[in-house]
Amino acid sequence: MGDFIHLLVSGTATGAIYALAALGFTLLWQAAGVINFSQGEFVMLPAFAMLFGISFGLPLWLAFLVACVLAAIVLGLGFKRAIADRLMGHGVIPLVIATLGVSIAVKSIVRAGYSAEAHPVPSPFPGGVLSIGGINVSYADIGTLVMAGAIVIGLQAFLNRTVTGRAMQAVAQNTESARVLGIDVRRMVAYVFGINAVLAVVTALLIAPTYLAKFDMGDSIGQKAFFAAIIGGFNQTRGALLGGVLIGVLENLVGFYVSPAYKEGVALALFLAVILFRPEGLLGKAEERKV
Amino acid sequence: MSAGLRRTVLLVAGLAALVAVAAFAKRSEVYLLTLTLVYLMATFGLNLTVGYAGQMSLGQAAFFGIGAYVAAIALKAGIPFLAVLPIAGIACFVVGLALGFPALRVQHHYLAFATLGFNVLVFLVMRNEEKLTGGTFGISSIPRPTILGVSFEGHLAYFYFTLAGLVALAAALWWLLRSPWGRAFAALRDNPIRAESLGVNITAYTLLAFAIGAACAGVGGVYYASLVEFIEPGPFHFSTSLMMLLAVIVGGSGRFFGPVVGTIVIILLPEVLRSSSIESLKFMQKWYLVFFGLAVVALMIWLPGGILSIADRFRKREAPR
Amino acid sequence: MIRIPRLLAVATLALFAAPALAQAPIKIVGLVELSGTGATSGTNFDNGVKLAVKEINAAGGILGRQVQYTSGDTQSNPGVAKALAQKAIDDSAYVVMGPVFSGSILVSMEETRRAEVPNFTGGEASAITQKGNPFIFRTSFTQASAMPKVARYIKNGLKAKTVDVMWVNNDFGKGGRDMIVKSLEAEGIKVGADISTDPGQVDFSSAVLKAKQSNGDALFVYTNEEESARALRELRKQGYAKPVVGETTLTSQKVIELAGEAANGAVAHVGLSADAPLPTIKAFDAAFQREYKAKSDHNGLKGYSGMYFVKVITERIGKVDGKAFAAAMKGAKISVKDNPGVLMDVTFDQNGDLDRESFLSKVVNGKQVIVETLPPLGAK
Repeated sequence: MGDFIHLLVSGTATGAIYALAALGFTLLWQAAGVINFSQGEFVMLPAFAMLFGISFGLPLWLAFLVACVLAAIVLGLGFKRAIADRLMGHGVIPLVIATLGVSIAVKSIVRAGYSAEAHPVPSPFPGGVLSIGGINVSYADIGTLVMAGAIVIGLQAFLNRTVTGRAMQAVAQNTESARVLGIDVRRMVAYVFGINAVLAVVTALLIAPTYLAKFDMGDSIGQKAFFAAIIGGFNQTRGALLGGVLIGVLENLVGFYVSPAYKEGVALALFLAVILFRPEGLLGKAEERKV
Repeated sequence: MSAGLRRTVLLVAGLAALVAVAAFAKRSEVYLLTLTLVYLMATFGLNLTVGYAGQMSLGQAAFFGIGAYVAAIALKAGIPFLAVLPIAGIACFVVGLALGFPALRVQHHYLAFATLGFNVLVFLVMRNEEKLTGGTFGISSIPRPTILGVSFEGHLAYFYFTLAGLVALAAALWWLLRSPWGRAFAALRDNPIRAESLGVNITAYTLLAFAIGAACAGVGGVYYASLVEFIEPGPFHFSTSLMMLLAVIVGGSGRFFGPVVGTIVIILLPEVLRSSSIESLKFMQKWYLVFFGLAVVALMIWLPGGILSIADRFRKREAPR
Repeated sequence: MIRIPRLLAVATLALFAAPALAQAPIKIVGLVELSGTGATSGTNFDNGVKLAVKEINAAGGILGRQVQYTSGDTQSNPGVAKALAQKAIDDSAYVVMGPVFSGSILVSMEETRRAEVPNFTGGEASAITQKGNPFIFRTSFTQASAMPKVARYIKNGLKAKTVDVMWVNNDFGKGGRDMIVKSLEAEGIKVGADISTDPGQVDFSSAVLKAKQSNGDALFVYTNEEESARALRELRKQGYAKPVVGETTLTSQKVIELAGEAANGAVAHVGLSADAPLPTIKAFDAAFQREYKAKSDHNGLKGYSGMYFVKVITERIGKVDGKAFAAAMKGAKISVKDNPGVLMDVTFDQNGDLDRESFLSKVVNGKQVIVETLPPLGAK
């Protein structure tokens, strides 16, 4: 029983990280019709940015903040201006291909220009485990859950409680009527790009200590975010959360009780089942295509 | 007609040049050329799915791999090469139908997601089912064919053998696209809504295009297994599918020779740079993928039709192909 | 036109290779993993060879001829390794060094064998030397010779009754796993949880949990460098308190650097180590650090000593001749007294496997420390 709970907690923690990356993914899709295949690289770059910050003597939290600002500018606005703006409205395929191109270019820049090797990244949480009544939970997992939970709750509050947040939701639900209502659609979409970039930095902060910073570290997280978003429902923010946590927990359970060899297959089997039988996702609403 | 004739002359000249160059090339260069031809089989097939049926497939490497594993197992069991080709092709065709049918039934762009998942799953099976696939150790000592007493074991002989196979495959696809049946593909590509109103069953044609594309990859896989003489799961990873997709799109999807250009850019060029002994080119090799990635982005923005559409830009007014 | 007779092709090759152009440099070609999963191993191996070549050339070369070393990147991909091997043969290499990854060498060695070019590898899979290829030689222990030493340590040093095994599911890991299970059983030790992990795996939580839950007396970890570091970090994160034992990679420089504090306490058998308490290895270590501003892992020593094997044997046969070289390698004994570059006394057998002393290493305060020197297998 203790094992089961442990698996559940650490799976939820891992899943919460997937969910953060998936959240940005779905926000982008909802607001701008962008499927970002370079989402993983959006996580990898901030990991290196933080490493640079630390190498210049910044403490981790400050390096994190600097990375957030840089990411919002470069991976948020920069990505939008340079690429997304030019391709929005031309259908899904050109954007998917272009973001694939971004993914390849960014990975190769890090690899050719900096290093092909993995680099250790400090953890924001203390090591060790907390034991309560035979159940062991690591501080890192607790910290991850608390931090991811806070971000998700904060983001939901922002989207539901503030004028800007509601305007963003309106844009996501129906761009045309939002425009009619006098909402500055361009600005709202720009905010979404910025939020996606900051979510990616948080993801980087949480996973880099165990994944290690490496040019191809985004492959795995990008894929998981993609699966999580589709499993949960591409057009629902809650869907990304459910999808992420579901993958994290099930992977842990299958890896433990069935066979670690097919652990990676879990997300996949779920994913295939979902797109074949419930293509709108577990929590998604069936809708006509946005683009 | 003159444009068609010019193209035929160009094509024949190109093939003749290839045959001649190979005869004087080094062993490693011939290997590289053969490898390019093999990938071309898969990308020609993918072009059918992407370019003509307008579907994104992110699982071409899975079919390529299925073909290669079928070939490895069958060739080692002593089944002749010419029998293995249709077996692998049909196997991939059937798997393609089984995968494409449910995916296309629900929503068209879900084929991309389904194929991506499928590719990862196939990769896992290749790696984990050691009894069948040799697991991570792979399958080695895959023989090269001997047909009617003629051995194609030598590197040059195998190159010509593969070239003949590719030409046959391309000719079959060409014929397919020109046949009355195949014209529906063109109609589909140019105007799906009109095609549907004319009674073309879009889902059925899209599915067939996808399955035929898969079969081409399967055939390519057979040649691949015999070329490398060793297979393991690595080359059939989903990242290969991405590269194949990019090859089709970079070259010019929906253009018959688009994959040729794309495959050269993706497979041949980086290897040429890598093996070059000129220092500045070596530098290029290190940064090749950076340029390539940026070029893909630029292409999508300014030239979504791919490299081969450059010519069209200059002679916009000429009669449509 | 369709078929160039094999004989003719060989004859052409021989024509280019035969007149040993009096004072032309001796060409050595490296096939190394400079990128991909094997980047760390390959780069170290490559640097080791380069350092040896530099020293050899500074001391007058081999038989008075300079050595020209060029290396190509296999990208840790067997297909590329094969193509590079063909290129090495096109370039009429005298000896081929590498690749390090077993999956790659198993493919590329077909090419060097066909062209009868001696080929040194850093690969440790047992299968490499069991294919009857007379042109393949090791620069390190095989899993078949290392794992019995590990099992012996687990039995006598740790007094463990049950051991969990965590391995990476690639040719390297699977081969090692099969061999350690066999060796453990031969020592009467039970294998508890048998935990497979993926190459490039980033999340080790369920793998570590499985080890924790199985209640074995120790954990044997056999994965590549980065994965070893991630596993050690996760073990520490979850508070795993039992001995963690490995073979070579677990206590390597790269793993220590990546795993940080979590590497402390890990024990591993190493065939070669830059920290070994031998004067020749100390000298190597100093030279390597001077040249590359970094510490060499075991692969650096493999490449370095491998290049010196080439020098010693070539001088022994007195000519630059691949076939004679391969013949002279059979049963060769090389003593470190006369050839400090080979680092340790070494004996080759008929298959190309080698035997020599090895070490038991432990990570203490972020440093690999050699705690014991183990005799050659053949000495027992």
